[in-house]
Parts: sequence; structure tokens; C-alpha cells
Amino acid sequence: MSDNPEPAREIYGLPWPEQFRALADVSEDPRLKSFYQTGCVPADTPVGEAPLVAMDFETTGLDANEHAIVSIGLVPFTLDGIPLGQTRHWIVRPRLPLHKTSITIHGITHSDIENAPDIEEILEDLLDSLAGRIPVVHYRDIERRFLDVALRHRIGQGIRFPVLDTMAIEAHLNPDRKPSRWQRLMGKKPVSIRLADSRLRYHLPHYAGHNALIDAIATAELLQAQIRHHFKADTPIGDLWV
Amino acid sequence: MQAELLDIRNHMVQHPPFDEMADDLLDQVVQSIEVVYFRAGTSILELGQSNHWLHYLRSGAAEIYRRSGELYNRVGEGEIFGQFGLLRNKTVRFPVQALEDCLIYRIPDDTFQFLWENDENFAEFVEIEDRSRLRSAVSRREKSNELMTSRVTRLISRAPVSAPATVRLQEAARIMTDKGVSALLLMEETDEGRRLKGIITDRDLRTRALTEALPSETPISEIMSEGLITIRSNMFIFEAMLTMLHNNVHHLPVMDNNEVRGVIALSDIVKYESQSSLYLVSNIYHQQSVKGLKELSRDVRDSFVRMVNEDANSHMIGSAMAGIGRSFSQRLLELGEEKLGPPPVPYCFLALGSMARDEQLVVTDQDNAMILDDSFVPKEHDAYFLALAKFVSDGLAECGYSYCTGDIMATNPKWRQPLSVWKGYFTDWIDNPKAEALLNSNIFFDLDGIYGEIDFAEQLKTLVAEKASNSQRFLTMLARNALNRTPPLGFFRTFVLEEDGKQQKTFNLKRRGTAPISDLIRVHALACGSRSQNSFERLKDVAKTKLLMEDDAGNLRDAMEFISIVRIRHQALSIESAEEPDNNVRPEDLSPFERSHLKDAFQVVSNAQKFLRFRYNAGTVRNV
Repeated sequence: MSDNPEPAREIYGLPWPEQFRALADVSEDPRLKSFYQTGCVPADTPVGEAPLVAMDFETTGLDANEHAIVSIGLVPFTLDGIPLGQTRHWIVRPRLPLHKTSITIHGITHSDIENAPDIEEILEDLLDSLAGRIPVVHYRDIERRFLDVALRHRIGQGIRFPVLDTMAIEAHLNPDRKPSRWQRLMGKKPVSIRLADSRLRYHLPHYAGHNALIDAIATAELLQAQIRHHFKADTPIGDLWV
Repeated sequence: MQAELLDIRNHMVQHPPFDEMADDLLDQVVQSIEVVYFRAGTSILELGQSNHWLHYLRSGAAEIYRRSGELYNRVGEGEIFGQFGLLRNKTVRFPVQALEDCLIYRIPDDTFQFLWENDENFAEFVEIEDRSRLRSAVSRREKSNELMTSRVTRLISRAPVSAPATVRLQEAARIMTDKGVSALLLMEETDEGRRLKGIITDRDLRTRALTEALPSETPISEIMSEGLITIRSNMFIFEAMLTMLHNNVHHLPVMDNNEVRGVIALSDIVKYESQSSLYLVSNIYHQQSVKGLKELSRDVRDSFVRMVNEDANSHMIGSAMAGIGRSFSQRLLELGEEKLGPPPVPYCFLALGSMARDEQLVVTDQDNAMILDDSFVPKEHDAYFLALAKFVSDGLAECGYSYCTGDIMATNPKWRQPLSVWKGYFTDWIDNPKAEALLNSNIFFDLDGIYGEIDFAEQLKTLVAEKASNSQRFLTMLARNALNRTPPLGFFRTFVLEEDGKQQKTFNLKRRGTAPISDLIRVHALACGSRSQNSFERLKDVAKTKLLMEDDAGNLRDAMEFISIVRIRHQALSIESAEEPDNNVRPEDLSPFERSHLKDAFQVVSNAQKFLRFRYNAGTVRNV
């Protein structure tokens, strides 16, 4: 734990590129400072030209304050291609004990965990992979919150960045996804915006594996499909990030 | 490779050419992939655009076009495209469009080149032109059958036993007994040395000498067979078998230049292939009644299935089945003559269509005709020939050769005529060709005399060979008819893909495959004055004339062989599962191997049809 002061509240109101510059100034951890210094593309950047990075975490639960990250998968990409040679996958050791139930879900064993590094040991690698790129996730509350909390605990300062949330995009595209009681009676089914179900709507293949990396790749593919179907390569990224 | 990428690897390992790739190479491929999504209806590769990727279709479907805009292929999950440009100038030669939403794994050029240099199977898969792939598929099959890879010399177990052609009957019989042979070669002295003059066999001694009670001092030259059918020593055993089947002989002298190396007998081959179709043929001649023949006909299908399972090629199977059919006809004619008495005037019994071409299979009807001597007087003689024709036709129907629905049978008075009338028919067909009429008489241009005055049939063959090549109009009409039936473009998922992009559930392998090939080969063969009837033999004749490039003739041969063998296997499978064999095939019944090579074969046929249209100025009339 560090006693660094939290950045001033007003910084949070700035547009993302300015906010990154301001955060770089107030960050003391060199890894975080470097991340912010690399910068954030302007909001009017066409999404087709923006450097992106798809990211997925496997966690022991849904609450960032109670649960921990056990694995991280990511792949840098653009609208034109997802290079599998640049994928990264880490297993990290949670500080909190691993619940037996979640072990089977993630397919990660105790010995995997015991030999795994703490997230701080891979932080430089991780932040380097994210630097200069807009993260793409499916459900922003997991990746952004868990990383923020993990950093607060380790370096005393959280992390902030814009994301493209493929789940939010699906929610936006399917405003009437929850049928009314009457519609339900008429047999209307709710539209699922979970990753696997969303992918089906774009005729993307089913992946049998459940790990952070394949889910990150699946998310990157989904974003490509969403943009090809509903947006344009020159849609400003600022219209999409949250 | 990261275990987390197994989903990607596991998909590729199910599809050629990645299915046979070494693990570490495949890992490298996976690591080099870039994944890209294309929405349905958008362009994936544009003509002339530079391309540095091999494309692997992970999901969805895409259409590949020719430069001209014609559909070239439709590809689905697990198939690759873009390799043609990569192998040449990195420029797109075949534009590609997403037919459905597509997820594509792109493999970069440097990985592609590395695989190409380090994985032979991969190189073969992406590099070999469709047609060479077809050739290697055909030859790989043929290599597995011993009859097709062993030379006839392997069956020669002893030096030839011969005697001067001047010996007497008793002396000949003594030599055969002493030496323990079933055939004796008879030699004559000429200025250039000893020359093979004739042959006498056990069977000849029985049928010609004993039954006629000839004196033992009869010169052997009076009963020996002359004008011998021989075989060259470098021929394969299956070719010896075909020669025996076609000519109904049981002994073949094997020649090395003009020297006799030895004699092979039917029994030598039967020993080699224990339950051979030759055995069935020899049994046919032992039957004394239609009933006996009918019982024997049940073995025909077994014999067919056996040959298929022994990996015989289509020429062998087609010839064997035609040989069997011919033998049934011949034996029926013998039985008919026994019943009705000797014919009042000489005649020739003709086989037409697939039997004449030596391309018969198990699902077949009878096509036959009679050429009568010109001394034929209808009032006096026709009752006899009608009765004989009916006896044979009914007998064939009993034996499984159903009546011809087009009534092309000797029972039809139109096809039971003197030689002069037949000459008139052919002259009219060739000199005054009419498309409609030719469509019905096509079958007469595949003809073979199988009984009686074979020379009558030979005279007709000569007439056709001489006249047809000089009649452009006839060839044009014939070519136009040959374009009526076209092959499909290929397959897509469980459908047959047509050139206009339409999809069918099933297709007819005869009508859309072998028939268009034999039709177009016939046109070329007639144009070059060939007297051969078999499509493979005709192709050899055509290839000698420069009418077709040697390569094109070879490609057609491979296409014919491959389509025929798929058709044959399809029928054999039906027989084995106790279903009635037919020619209709559904894509899901085909193996991936068959599907991919059939597509190559269809392409060859389609190109050959285009050339036919151009070569004979046959216009663009087409009605599938």
C-alpha cells in the first residue's frame, strides 16, 4: 500500500486524451505513468484506424472488492485483423483464497495458481500491452473495476481508461430485448446479450474453450462483426467508447 | 503454442491440407494467423488487388469467380482460397465475395512460403493444378490392383510348346499330351525364319476334331485357328484379360517383337484372380437353356462388386461387364439357332451403345440389331430372324438386361435389315444430318459385331470412319448434341452446385458425367476417322492426330476414369446394401476425396465441351 494522494476529482471530467495527460502528471508509479504518457487517441479517430486491444479476465466472482482476478487474456487488434501471434495470457495468484467452485469453472488448477505470479509482477507487461490502445471488453464492469481495485491495492493508485464494450453495443442495438409480461405470454423470448449468444447473431463460430484468451479473441471478433454490420470503419471512436 | 488457442488449432486439424501437417508446423501456422470478419455480400478479394495471405474459411461461405465473372467455386467451412495468386505474382486472379457472414483466418505469405518449402503434402495441395491432382488420384487407385501393375510375362511359366504347321492331327494331340499343355502353337517356315501361323487348343480338338470324327491323319492346318489374337509381352495382366473377354478366346500367345515368348491361358488368370469374371464367362458357354443362363445371371452383380472391391479400373470393369453381356447374347444366339435351325441367310448380330464401347455396368438395358445378308428376302426369311431376335431379346430380359425403352432391338423390323439398307441408314445420317434424328441414332455410332458375319459390322465401321470425317455438317450436329448434357460446377455443403449458382439435392452421374464425356469423345473420334468404339481407345486414336493436345486427351482420360469409378463404386455400395443400384448420387454420399476430385473432373469436361463447341462451330445452343 502506498500513501499517494488520489488524483483530483476534476480530472475525471476531462475528455479522455486530456485526462490521460493529466493522469500521467499525477502518477508516481513509473509503469502507470508510462501507460498514461503513451496517450489516448482523440475521440474523432475513425474506429477503423484505432489501435484496439481485446481483453478478458477470469475472476473468482463478480464483486471487485471481494473477488480476485485469476487469469488475463488479451490480443491487440484493429478492424483489419486480429494477430494470434501477439496474444498474451497470464494466470495470476489471487490474494484471496480460491473457492473450490470456481476452480472447475475456469479449468485452472491449484498448482497453476500456486506457481503463478502476483498481478504486480506482470503489471509492466500488462500495461505495456494496453498502452496506446483502446481496450475492448464484453461487459465493462468486470475488467475495468477489477484492474482498478487490483492496482489500488498494490500501487495505491487506480487506473482509468475508456473501453469499447461489445455488450453495451448489443444492449444498444436491442433496446427491446426484455419482452413485457404480455409479450412473454405471447411466446416472445428475451434477446440474450451474453458473449456466446451475441456472437450467434453475427454467425460467428462457437468456441468450446473457456479461458480468458479465447474470450478476448471472441470479443475482438464480435466487435469486428458489430462494426461491419451496424457502423462504419469511419465511425468516430468517441461515439462508441464508454 | 498457447493451450488457450486450441479452439483454433482443433478446427484446422480437421481440414486438408492441415490435417496431415506436423504438430510444430501447425503451431506455427496458428501463431501466424490474423482473424478477419467479412459481412455477407462484401468483397473479400478483388481482381487485380495485391494479396499476401492464404485465406482459411473458419465459418460462413464465399464465392470464387473467374476473371470473366463466371462462378468458379463456392467454398465453405474449413476450405482455403487465395493460393493461386500467392504462388504467382501476389495478385488476385480469382475475386472472392462473402456469400454469408465469414470469419476468415488469414495466413501470411511468409508462413505460406515456409509451409510450401517444408511440407510436401501442403505444397502438393496448394500448388498442383486441379488436373494433375486428378491424375495422381486416378493412378494412386490403379496402383493398388495387382492385375493392373503386373505384366503378362509373370504368368508365363514355361517356354512355348510348338510344332510345324504341317503335322497331322494325331501327332499334334500326342505332343500336347506329352508336354501337358492345353494349347499348341503351330509354326511355318518362311524366308525370314519361323513364324507363328496358328494355334490349336484342347477345346478345338474336342469340338472340331472329335465331334466331327476327323481321321487322325487330317493335316492340323485344316482345323487350327489362324489370324491369331496375340498380346505384347509388356502388356499388363488386366489387358490380357480384356483381350480375352472381348474376343472370347482362352489362350493368348505373348509376343516379343515377332518372337513368341509363351502362351497364357484363361486358367492362368483365373488362378490369379480366383473368382474372376472370366470364370463367369466360361460358365455362360456351358449353359444349355435360358433357365440355366438366368440362374447364372445372378452372379453378374457379385462379379461386379468383387472387381470393384479389388480396385479394378473402370476400363476393366466396363469390359468385363460388356464381355459378360456379350457372352449371354452369343450363347442365346447359339441356343436360338439350335432351336430354330440354321439361319436361311448369313447375318450379323450387333451390340450397340455401352456394350459395343466395352463400358457396360450393372444397370443396363439391351441395345442390339441385326444385319442380314443382302440375299435376304423378307417374305421367305424374316419370320426366322424375327423369331431368333425375339428369342435372344426375351432371353436377355430374363437375364437382367431389360428391354430397350427406345425400341432399339433386333425385334424392331427397322433394325433388322440387310447390309445395303444399313449402309443407306448410315449414309443418310451422315450426309443429311438433322439434330433431332441424330439424337436418336447416336447409339448406332457405337457398334460392334458380336456374332455371325462379323465382317458386316466391320463394313459399317469402315463406312462411318470414311464418311464421317468428311462431313462438317454431320460433325457440327453431333457436337451440338454432345453439348446438351453438361456437368455440374461442383459441390457446396450437401448440394450439387450448378454453373448459374443454383443448388440441387442430387445428380445423375451418368447423364451429367460419363455420358457427356463419351459423347464428346465420339465426335472427335469420328472426326479423325477412328474405328475404335471404346472411349479410352478412341482417345488414344484422337491423341495421335493432334486434334486434341496430348494433355487434354490425358485429362479427359483421367476425368472419364474418375467419374466412372465413382459411379461404379456408388452402384457397388447399393448392391452390397441390398438396394437397387442406380446413377443418382447425393453429395453427402461422396467422400471428401471423391467430392474434390469430381469437381476437378467436371472442370475438365466443361473445358472439353467449350473446346468442342469452338472446334466444330457448334454454336451456343444449350439446354440442360
